[in-house]
Parts: sequence; structure tokens; C-alpha cells
Amino acid sequence: MAEPALRAHAVVKRFGGVSALDGVSVAIDAGECVALVGESGSGKSTLLRAFLGLTPIDGGAVFVGGQDVTAVDPVRLRRGIGYVPQDGGLLPHWTVARNAALVPWLAGAATPEAAATAALDLVGMPLATFGARWPRELSGGQRQRVAFARALAARPAVLLLDEPFGALDAITRSDLQAMFATLRRQTGVTTLLVTHDLHEARRLADRVAVLCAGRVEQIATPAMLVSSPATPYVASLIARAGLAGGVA
Amino acid sequence: MIGGRSIRTPFIAGLVGLASLLAAWPAAAQEAARPPIVIGSKPFAESYLLAEVFAQLLESRGIAVTRKAGLGATEVAFPALVAGAIDVFPEYSGTGLLVILKAPRVGDRAAVFDRVSREMARRYDIRWLPPLGFENTYAMSVRTEMAERLGLRTLSDAARHGASLKAGFTADFIGLPDGLPGLRSTYGLAPVEVHALAPAVKYQAIAAGSVDLIDAYSTDGLLERYPLTVLEDDRHVFPPYDAAAMLRGVVARDRPEVVATLTLLSGRIDVTRMRRWNARVEVEGVAVAAVAREALVDLGLVEAGAAGATVATPRASLSLVADLWSRRAAIAAMSARHLWLTSVSMLAAIVFGVALGLALSRSRAAEGVTRAVGVLQTVPGIALLAFMLPFLGIGVWPSLVALFLYSLYPIVRGTVTGVRQADRQAVDAATALGMTPRQVLWFVRLPLAMPVLMAGIRTAAVTNVGTATLAAFVGGGGLGDPIVAGLALADTRMILSGAIPAALLAALVDVALAGVQRWLTPVPLR
Repeated sequence: MAEPALRAHAVVKRFGGVSALDGVSVAIDAGECVALVGESGSGKSTLLRAFLGLTPIDGGAVFVGGQDVTAVDPVRLRRGIGYVPQDGGLLPHWTVARNAALVPWLAGAATPEAAATAALDLVGMPLATFGARWPRELSGGQRQRVAFARALAARPAVLLLDEPFGALDAITRSDLQAMFATLRRQTGVTTLLVTHDLHEARRLADRVAVLCAGRVEQIATPAMLVSSPATPYVASLIARAGLAGGVA
Repeated sequence: MIGGRSIRTPFIAGLVGLASLLAAWPAAAQEAARPPIVIGSKPFAESYLLAEVFAQLLESRGIAVTRKAGLGATEVAFPALVAGAIDVFPEYSGTGLLVILKAPRVGDRAAVFDRVSREMARRYDIRWLPPLGFENTYAMSVRTEMAERLGLRTLSDAARHGASLKAGFTADFIGLPDGLPGLRSTYGLAPVEVHALAPAVKYQAIAAGSVDLIDAYSTDGLLERYPLTVLEDDRHVFPPYDAAAMLRGVVARDRPEVVATLTLLSGRIDVTRMRRWNARVEVEGVAVAAVAREALVDLGLVEAGAAGATVATPRASLSLVADLWSRRAAIAAMSARHLWLTSVSMLAAIVFGVALGLALSRSRAAEGVTRAVGVLQTVPGIALLAFMLPFLGIGVWPSLVALFLYSLYPIVRGTVTGVRQADRQAVDAATALGMTPRQVLWFVRLPLAMPVLMAGIRTAAVTNVGTATLAAFVGGGGLGDPIVAGLALADTRMILSGAIPAALLAALVDVALAGVQRWLTPVPLR
């Protein structure tokens, strides 16, 4: 088996006296989509940021493409990873076209516009229509689509999504989830999806990792998770999401 | 340091701009082998007039002079003399004793003059020429109507009514040892209210009944215009104030012709003459240069028929607009100098202030340092100029440095606030997608900070135009010259001839910067 695309090994992270991550180990294979599920403060975003080298960890190690992130230039590391935050994080003073072309442009691509055009097509925001608009002229869903285009434009091997659908209304969220499922089929990009929504995790991910208070409770396929929760916490999470198969 | 590297390009551009502005420095004429004698004055009518008399007298004898009139205060003028920034200015023995030497008062008029001239020669190599002949001491005055009603003749009389007297004194009188503190300790005179008033408004204030007691000067031209009674200093709290020319020792030694020429005035000016000349300026509104000319003719020191000795017209006979128009060339030159002072100091303040703000924006020290820069704003202009005098002398440099320092705070504050408040999600995403810190600063934080940053710069610039009038206190030129002189001479027209162009200039600068802001601010943020 090849080295996993993303791997966290016994990661420890403390903020003051509080452990955000308390010995977390996860491995995500190339092409796989793993959802990191947990409540606010469970440490899921902290782990995602550790993969980006944005949050220095206090113990353990984090690997991207087999390389320890502390051993590589963080700027080059990040340019090789697609990232979509909850609010999109588009640069408000740049047009849609320029936002989408950001990473290829940073990486010195010969034709960042071409990469942006392709990526915008992928997310259903054709450059001809939307390229010249400002982010404030788009709806929340359109902004998230552009954020996906920006994350994918440089054809990264890995996509890190931090609650990318969390701030959207139900219909838009469903549309964007469908869009994501499609583009993942098209690109086969390895994905770590941080979400608090078990339904979303089940719909989009190949495997689900449940995080509670900085510890991994269980990593399993959605079906396995629902049918045989490993801990009472996982069981309660499933019950609360209304996913429990029979009478628990 | 992140900030320093990422602002390299504008920093260099700023330096280049600064250099080219400095190259356009209004060069002082240095053509003659013998440098011109630099004549200073303090900002009140008599000082302007005496300085102008010195200047015209020297010029009439073929000695080149440069005028640096209206220097802020004794605290500016005297250090400027010691430092050689000016060569001569009219001063009073009592001021020399109390303000400069900080010595206790001694004996009579002759004794004080003797003491002051000896001490100054010894300590500072400053030479006092023989006195001009008149004293200009404090003439504590009340309305004649009040003097008669209350039976006031002396300061001792006034002290008995202190509880009902409202005083209007010049700021320096309130602080001087022989001023209000002296009145308190010697007479027990404690006015119920003390207002700090500019010399020019004292008379109007007492005539209107806003105050009851003012510190007039015995040679004030305005003293006879109003129905005032001078109270006798029956306990002699005020020292003698003999007027004389105060000269740098080195000039006295190297330029004997200067000493010989200025000494022609010694003992020639009595208090009646001086008061009449002051009245020509202060009451009748005749230009200082014209009155100086009349005075020299009056003294027989220049020929009456010489060029320029036409009958001086009081400017009041012209309408304000016609008056301003008649002086348009001078006003344009002062405005150009003013704009130059503002531009150079602002450019330096923007380059330094934005760089400092960027460097501070990610530092814990930001608040402390920004506050410290803000404290600079609270330093009074004269105090700041006086403090810098030993290092920078007088003229353009201290003006530029003072304006630079006064402009920093809004710029630093605007930069720090703007950069810190820049859309956090955008900054986070830009970092996560692989922008270097420098790119984040340059492509994200700085553009997003532009509205707040430019607001700081515009605030600084408009304030700077107003503050640049300060340059007049140290001979830096600009529109402050007519404002300071006009205030000193109670000449509203003269004040307006500086204040109106300054106001227009401030508006113009703001409009121009609004254009710059529009150009620099990303479209969606406009």
C-alpha cells in the first residue's frame, strides 16, 4: 500500500491548559474522502489547520503526501493543497476571475486565467458570466462555489474543507453538496471534510472519523458507524442525528 | 521584519520624492562674501517695528540683511541668537534678567542693564548695544471709569479689590516671576478670574468689559486709544525693561560697521516716540516697513526724499478683497512655501508613519507605541520648537520636523487600525492558500486597510496645513507669517491674508487626497 495522502500520527495540541487534540491518529488514502465529525471544540478544525501548517502541534506528527509538514516550506505546502473555509474567504477586493486564479498565479503558472476558467466551469460559475463580478455581488452559495474553484484551480492532490456548507440554507447546501460529489467523481481529489453534520458526512464521505474532546472515538464507513457504533458517544451522536437503524 | 520588506517599493518611491522636493529647497541667497545680517524679532508690534528699523538702517548703510521676524517667544529667539541662526534682535533688560538669566532683580535701571550685559557676554558671548532710550514695562491697566468708581490709583489699591477683578493677561505674564506670581506675592493681588489672552485682543476685552485688569505695555500704541488708567507699581515689582539691540559677540567683533550703525539709535528713542510709532502700526494700521521708514526719517538717520519714502497709506482704506488682490504675489509666494512645508513633512510622515504602522500592526507593542506617538500631539508647538532649537536652529528644518512629528499619529493609528481590521477571513484564506506573509500584507491587508489608512492620512494632511502656520514662530515662512504678525499687530486683514489662503489650501489638499484615495482604494471598497 502506498503512503496515505494525509496522515496524522498521535497528534497533540494544547491551547493553554486545554487539550484540543489529545493523541489523534488518522490516515486518508489517495482519492478517499474522509469526514471529520464532531461538535464545536472537538478539535476537528485544529487538525485540519495542522495539515496546512497553520497550527503548530505540540506532539506527534502530521504528514502530507508522506512528508512531515514541519520539514517543508509551509508556503509551498499550502499551494499544493486546496482549502475552502466556511465563509469562502474570498478576497473582497478581487474579482471572481482573479480570486479563482489566485493559487496558480501564486505558483507562477504561465496561464493562471486558463486554470481559473476550467475551475470555474467545474463549479458551474462560468468565467464569461461571473468572472468580472465582485464577491459582494454573489449569493452565499455562489461565493462558496467560487471558493471551491479557487481551491481546485491549481489541481491540488488534496482538498481540505472546513465546514464548507455550514453557513448555507438547506436547499443551497444540498445543491453544493451535489456539486461537490460530482466534482470529486471528476477529479478524484483526496478530501478531508470537517463538518458537524453527520448527514452530510454520510452523504459525501467514504469514511467518517468521529472526534470528541480531542480524541478519535471511531473511524469507519458511514454504514459501519451507524450499524456498530464503537462508543456510547458515537451511539448518542447517531441517535441525535436520527440515523439509528432500529431501536437502539 | 515583515512590514519593512513588503513596503520597500513605496518606501523607495517616497524617498525619491522627498529627495526631489528637497532639491527644490528655496535656497537662501549666499552670493555675497559677507553674509547678510540676520535680524530677528518676537511676535509683537514693537518688536517687529524695532527689527525693521534695524534692518532698514543697516540697508541704508549698504549692509545686507535677512529678516526673521515674529520668532515664537524669548524661548525661541534667544537660543536662535546663541546658536547663530539670527544675529540680532531687540530685547529688554528686564526680560534678559528674569527670563534668560533667571536672576533675581537687582537695583535700578542702570544696574540691571549693567548686570544683564555683563552676564550675557560672559555666559553666552552675547553683546548688548547701548539702550535705545525708552523702557517698555508693564502698564497694569483698568478702565478709567472703574478706577474712578473704586478709587484705584496703584496696584496696592487694586489688590484690595482683587476678589472682584477679572484679569486678562498674556500667557507669559501669567507665568513670569515678575508677572502674576510677583503680583500675588508682592501685592497679594489675586484676581477672581484670570484669562490668558493674546496681546492683540487684550484691549478689546477690557473695553468690552469682559475683563477688568490687563497687562498692557507702557509703549503700547493702543494704550491711548481706550479710556484706560495705568496703575502705579508702587512696590516696584516690575524690573526695568530697557530696550536695546542684542547682538552675537562674533558679529560684534567681525562686523564693527554693524555695531557702529545700530548704535546710531542708542538713546534716540524716547517712550513718546515709541508709543506714537506703535500707534501708527497698531491703531492706524500702517505697514511696519512704512512706519520704520518714517521713524528713521524722523530720527534723521535716512533721507526723507530717498526712494520708497512715499506717504504711507493705511491699508484700511482699501477693501479686503482689493487689499488681498494688491498683495497677491506675496500671498502666492507664501502659499507656495506653505504647501511646500506641508508636502515635504507629509511625505516623510507618510513614508515613516505607514512603515511604522505596518511594522507595529502585528506587534503587541502597537498600542503602546501608537499612544506614545499620540503624546507628541499634545506637546505645544512653541515648546516643541524651543526644544529642537539647539539641534536644528530656526527656519525650515525645525518647521519640517515639527510638522512631521505632528502628522505621525493619525497616520500610524490609521495604518495599524486599518491593517488589523482587514477582513480576517480573507487574510486567513489567503494564508491558507499559500500567500507569503509579505504577499498577505501587500495584496490583502494593505488594500483592505486603504479606506481607514487614507482617512488617517487626510486627517493628518488637513491638520498639517493648519499647523504649518507654526513655522512662522521659527522663521520657516509660509502663511503663518501674516497670521502671527496680524495677531501681534491686531490687524485682522493681515490675519485673513494668511488664514483665508490657508483654509483654501486645506480644502484643496483634502480634495486632492480624496482623489488619491479613490485611486488607491479597490473598487468594491469605495
